[in-house]
Amino acid sequence: MKNKKKVSFPHLGNYWVAIEFLVKNALDADYIIPPPITKKTLELGSMHSPEFVCSPFKYNLGNYIEALEAGANTLIQTGGVCRLGYYGELHEQILKDLGYDFIFINLAKVSYRKPYTLFSDFKKINPRLSISKLTNYMSLMIRMVKIIDKVEGFIRENVGFEVVSGSFDKLLKEFLEALRKVKNKKDINEIYYDYYKQFKAIKIKKPKKPLKVGIIGEYYTIMEPFSNRYLEKELAKKGMIITRTMNISNSLFLRREKDVKTKIKGYLQYDIGATGMDTISEALRLAKEGYDGLIHVKSFGCMPEVDAIPVLQNISNDYKIPILYLSFDTQTSETGIKTRLEAFYDMIVMRKEKK
Amino acid sequence: MKKAYLGVDVGSISTKGVIIDKNNKILAEAYLWTEGNPIGTVKRLISELANQFDQKRYKVVGVGTTGSARKLTGVILDANVVKNEITAHAIGTISLYPEVRTIFEIGGQDSKIILIEDGIVVDYAMNTLCAAGTGAFLTSQARRLGIDVEEFGPLALQSNNPTNIAARCAVFAESDLVHKIQIGHRREDIVAGLCKAVVTNYLNNVGKGKKIKPPIVFQGGVSKNIGVIKAFSDVTNEEIIVDHNSHLMGALGVAILAKKAKLEKDFNFDINDIEFETRGVECKKCANNCEIICVFKDGYLIDSWGNRCENGAIKIKEQS
Repeated sequence: MKNKKKVSFPHLGNYWVAIEFLVKNALDADYIIPPPITKKTLELGSMHSPEFVCSPFKYNLGNYIEALEAGANTLIQTGGVCRLGYYGELHEQILKDLGYDFIFINLAKVSYRKPYTLFSDFKKINPRLSISKLTNYMSLMIRMVKIIDKVEGFIRENVGFEVVSGSFDKLLKEFLEALRKVKNKKDINEIYYDYYKQFKAIKIKKPKKPLKVGIIGEYYTIMEPFSNRYLEKELAKKGMIITRTMNISNSLFLRREKDVKTKIKGYLQYDIGATGMDTISEALRLAKEGYDGLIHVKSFGCMPEVDAIPVLQNISNDYKIPILYLSFDTQTSETGIKTRLEAFYDMIVMRKEKK
Repeated sequence: MKKAYLGVDVGSISTKGVIIDKNNKILAEAYLWTEGNPIGTVKRLISELANQFDQKRYKVVGVGTTGSARKLTGVILDANVVKNEITAHAIGTISLYPEVRTIFEIGGQDSKIILIEDGIVVDYAMNTLCAAGTGAFLTSQARRLGIDVEEFGPLALQSNNPTNIAARCAVFAESDLVHKIQIGHRREDIVAGLCKAVVTNYLNNVGKGKKIKPPIVFQGGVSKNIGVIKAFSDVTNEEIIVDHNSHLMGALGVAILAKKAKLEKDFNFDINDIEFETRGVECKKCANNCEIICVFKDGYLIDSWGNRCENGAIKIKEQS
């Protein structure tokens, strides 16, 4: 078909697999996977972004430009409860000013009280889309996201102890490729059970009381490994359990705001926007569980996370848990991060030996 | 023959080295400017240290490196310990001041705070993104005022009325400073104000949210500046301990770690005649264009780093 839409959405970890599934099946369109994020993506994004905008905006813009160059003609942006809510309008304007021709679907304009508006947005891509088709594939996509999150959560807790280095990474790639081929719910479940078994069968050597570190912080930077200089991998290599519950399943599909508020009573009374409350609630949970340390990750200048820091310092003092604060922007040198992570590792090892 | 251990700390501005015996006593020490040439400076450092101690009585059997050039220096000296500067500084200071609770460290390009309980590091922070309030900032402002940075401290002490200088950012501080000079503030007041600005910046950024408890030990190159020491004790209302070897703590710490590592091998001081060379190559296998640094010893590739993935890994040929 000549005028088949070529849709693209910015990268966020490995979720492109689920988005590709939705676009191909529900929207009957091609999906252009943005080229993998590299330094060039970030350079392109920064060049055309306002200087002081948060770095996820720059990454997203870089993805759009590279996707457009790769043939995309329809771009999607999501909404959010911080500056993210304004990304779409600005991205669209900047890309139009650069002379690109495309359709822009800005989900920030969708009213969640009127789900029909979401449907009519997607109808712009596929005029023959029916509500039942959309809801059916949406629920399958959600299922996919959930199993990606489950698998990745398992990897984070075990990859630091793999006997053959690279075994988890290799299987993850296979798993994602297999997931790209699914057609229905049965396929998705089969792949999940099959691969989860395989992941569990990977040989690991875990000490009796391994070090446990939690990663908390801002939505994008925590989930997109390029933007946090592969922090989780870098840490896991030192041989520890990494826990990070901030992911799409827990923030979009399973989050219950009231629960979060009750859990952090005494530390925070009101919503500080975006992921701020979740950061605090997760820090508190891991501190209570006796984790050896926490790493707080954010893009430079992220207001909700900046606001969360004083509360984190209180938790750190109350529970005697060290917290390392890292801000990321467009710098790509890993040396500074490595120095801080090494020192953090030395510190929690020494603390543990003392106990 | 008694055993000795070498610790080398190569920072952005200065390169420090010590040789210690098994009781952590310093047998030799040296302090040189790095001047953008870590390899050459390390060579000079090693020959200075070699001349300072009795090579007939002591034999160096362990080498540790730290500082921002620790990896490169570690390869050149074939070190058995390569350690980040935060851990090294803490270990060095604790060996001299077992009771220490807080370490203030301000170096050429970075600053850190280390909190200690019962001889164990329990928390730390290091400056990110910006070098405001570090040695490099003071040096550049001294140059603007036409003062040697060594005269800075004594001049600051002459002031009774330090000028307020915005310390949030090096660029803002500089324009604030220029304005205050031009409207007639006295030089000693400006200098004292700068010392205060460094301290405020440090406590507001690096020290934010940290509980500062005495004894406090202050170290790093800037700890030689008596104006900054005074500003610290004014703001914290505590005694600020500065060791006369406060600039050597990183080197001392990493020498101690080399001793503890128990991997002994004899160190050869004759590295002056060995040709070390580094070459940067762009990988070009993807758009990341990782710059891979290759280190050559007398023409042979001995190590490489800088690649983000396996595609950029450079295989090292076995030397015949």
